[in-house]
Amino acid sequence: MRFVDEFRDAELGRALATQILAVVEPGRRYQIMEVCGGHTHAIYRYGIDDLLPGNVELVHGPGCPVCVIPMGRVDDGIAVAMRPGVIFTCFGDMLRVPGSRGTLLDAKAEGADVRTVYSPLDALRIAREHPDRDVVFYAIGFETTAPSTALTLLRARSEGVRNFFVFCNHVTIVPPLRALLESPDLRLDGFVGPGHVSTVVGARPFEFVPADYGKPLVISGFEPLDVLQSVYMVLRQLGEGRCEVENQYRRVVPYDGNAQALRVMAEVFELRPHFEWRGLGFISHSGLKLVPALADLDAELRFEVPGVRVADPKACQCGEVLKGVIKPWECKVFGTACTPERPIGTCMVSSEGACAAYYNFGRLSRERVVV
Amino acid sequence: VTAAGDAMRQREERALALIERVRSKPPRFTDSQVTMAHGAGGRATRTLVEGLLVPALGSETLRELDDAGIVALEGLGLALTTDSFVVRPIRFPGGSIGELAVNGTVNDLAVSGARPLALTVSLVLEEGLAADDLRAEVEAMAAAASTAGVEILAGDTKVVERGRCDSMYVTTTGIGQLDSRARLGAALVRPGDRVVVSGSIGEHGTAVMLARGEFELDAPIESDTQPLWRAVDELLDAAGPSLRWMRDATRGGVATVLNELARAAGVALLVDEARVPVAGPVAGACEILGLDPMYVANEGKLVAVVAPEASAAAVAALRRVPGCDEAAEVGEVRADPPGMVLVDTAFGGRRVMDLLVGDPLPRIC
Repeated sequence: MRFVDEFRDAELGRALATQILAVVEPGRRYQIMEVCGGHTHAIYRYGIDDLLPGNVELVHGPGCPVCVIPMGRVDDGIAVAMRPGVIFTCFGDMLRVPGSRGTLLDAKAEGADVRTVYSPLDALRIAREHPDRDVVFYAIGFETTAPSTALTLLRARSEGVRNFFVFCNHVTIVPPLRALLESPDLRLDGFVGPGHVSTVVGARPFEFVPADYGKPLVISGFEPLDVLQSVYMVLRQLGEGRCEVENQYRRVVPYDGNAQALRVMAEVFELRPHFEWRGLGFISHSGLKLVPALADLDAELRFEVPGVRVADPKACQCGEVLKGVIKPWECKVFGTACTPERPIGTCMVSSEGACAAYYNFGRLSRERVVV
Repeated sequence: VTAAGDAMRQREERALALIERVRSKPPRFTDSQVTMAHGAGGRATRTLVEGLLVPALGSETLRELDDAGIVALEGLGLALTTDSFVVRPIRFPGGSIGELAVNGTVNDLAVSGARPLALTVSLVLEEGLAADDLRAEVEAMAAAASTAGVEILAGDTKVVERGRCDSMYVTTTGIGQLDSRARLGAALVRPGDRVVVSGSIGEHGTAVMLARGEFELDAPIESDTQPLWRAVDELLDAAGPSLRWMRDATRGGVATVLNELARAAGVALLVDEARVPVAGPVAGACEILGLDPMYVANEGKLVAVVAPEASAAAVAALRRVPGCDEAAEVGEVRADPPGMVLVDTAFGGRRVMDLLVGDPLPRIC
């Protein structure tokens, strides 16, 4: 595949691995967080961490958009999906995320009309095809997916579609990053910064990471060579005592982002005063909702939702795992109350979450060589 | 090494041991209702089969969890198997439900080392199904049976109200005669043995997914549905007793059958991703949809384990069979870590290729 295989070249990968070895200080332990769920996926898919020395550790960050949806919001979504006459649409990987009493897959088995879509525009098309049904799009994701939701809302408005509603769970990337950096027990050395989000917001919003917190951040693409090179760039900054935002993903990410996408978002969304994140608690100004002018398209206003907050189980220590303070197996409920089949916290929900990965592959991952 | 570090290591060791204890327990079926995940071939299917069906119904033969059960009848080995087909849409590029229903059951017999002899066919039809569609599927079954060299000996039809089934469901049951050359079983698999696939993978699942028209994606991909007895016959000729084990890689794809083998045989499997044949259009479609071809269904591909010295001959024999010209050795059996499938990725890293938890769901990011 052209424009894909070039970024998966094993020989270049080996060369990068050698360069990484050269910049790693023997005996020093490095913890680098990849913020994005997409990076975590690439790391597993291509076995990238297997190419790193054992003392360079990749900590999987809070950027998996489905994993950070709190249980109460999942419950609200299920309540809407169970209403008679509703067609409930969402992205596929949302279906398995547990609320307090089951998942959307369970709701589907109980008779809810839950459909997977690849784009909010598909949901709008379903609404056009079923004028007698209420079609709800359960919107999730960071600034990556928010513009497409925004565009769909504007199109629904201009086409006068009356039976299309958005249940908005969109979140923004900077507040959770800042929340992580604010915690006194943070042990991370640097960040592989989000790629897709940055195509929208640009590199500029991340300048606070080195400026205010003294941690390097490298915006990265999603192919294995991208990720490996970004890890190298973070390590090189650490080695040279530099600390700045670098853009490895320059072929896609402009420094100032995508002005048009940002404009559409500003037209459609406004910040919520606070939003809850699974495993991280409430974070101010981290969630988006529809502006009052679009209130009639807002599923949360159209339908009565329980809106009950379901607290993360007390014993769950996802927050500390995310900050690199503890290892998954040090969590009190790891492997007992919290397993991949019945996950409690965000790190166990996705198969690429730090805890799920450790649960499945833990013994194996300890075999790497430490320099 | 400090005392604190030692204590940490011991605690980690205890945590890992706990997980292994939990994982090695037979799965229990504790769900309150059936979800689509129970039909996807991954972990949830395993809890349904091994946690409910086998304990309740389990004969010694069923416990083996092979593709067909073997009955000995006055010195004659007979293989018996059954399969239901619920594909939507019923016609897709490269095949249709009727052809699939014959080939699927024929292949379960073939990979069990049995020459397929005869089938029964059971139809559940939805009120309102067009007679032309039904006729086309019956003709497809007849043609597939003729190609595979099996007779259809008995059948049944039921009609249900509109909306109670999706066009038509087909159940086929097949009987075959165990071939005297075949000595197959997971217990015979040894470290050092080689893993062979009979052709390029992921075609059926991708073709059906695109045929549903949900993705506005077009690609020249056809289902690989075909009978596999000819391939098995050639393999048995070329490898004889060096052929240790076979499965057709249907639901859950090559990754799932390899996981089943690793568990059943108590061995590790190491797959070299770069050597796994995947056609360009399939790789492209999977790339766009965020799927891994290793987990995508095939309907005319088998995975075999052969002794190392017979591997080249086995691959050469397969390549002589039409539809198997991309056959390749893709990996080998290792002793450690038992029960696990590892992949050396084309990028050069090594990772675990686990059972899917449920359906392969498209990812948002």
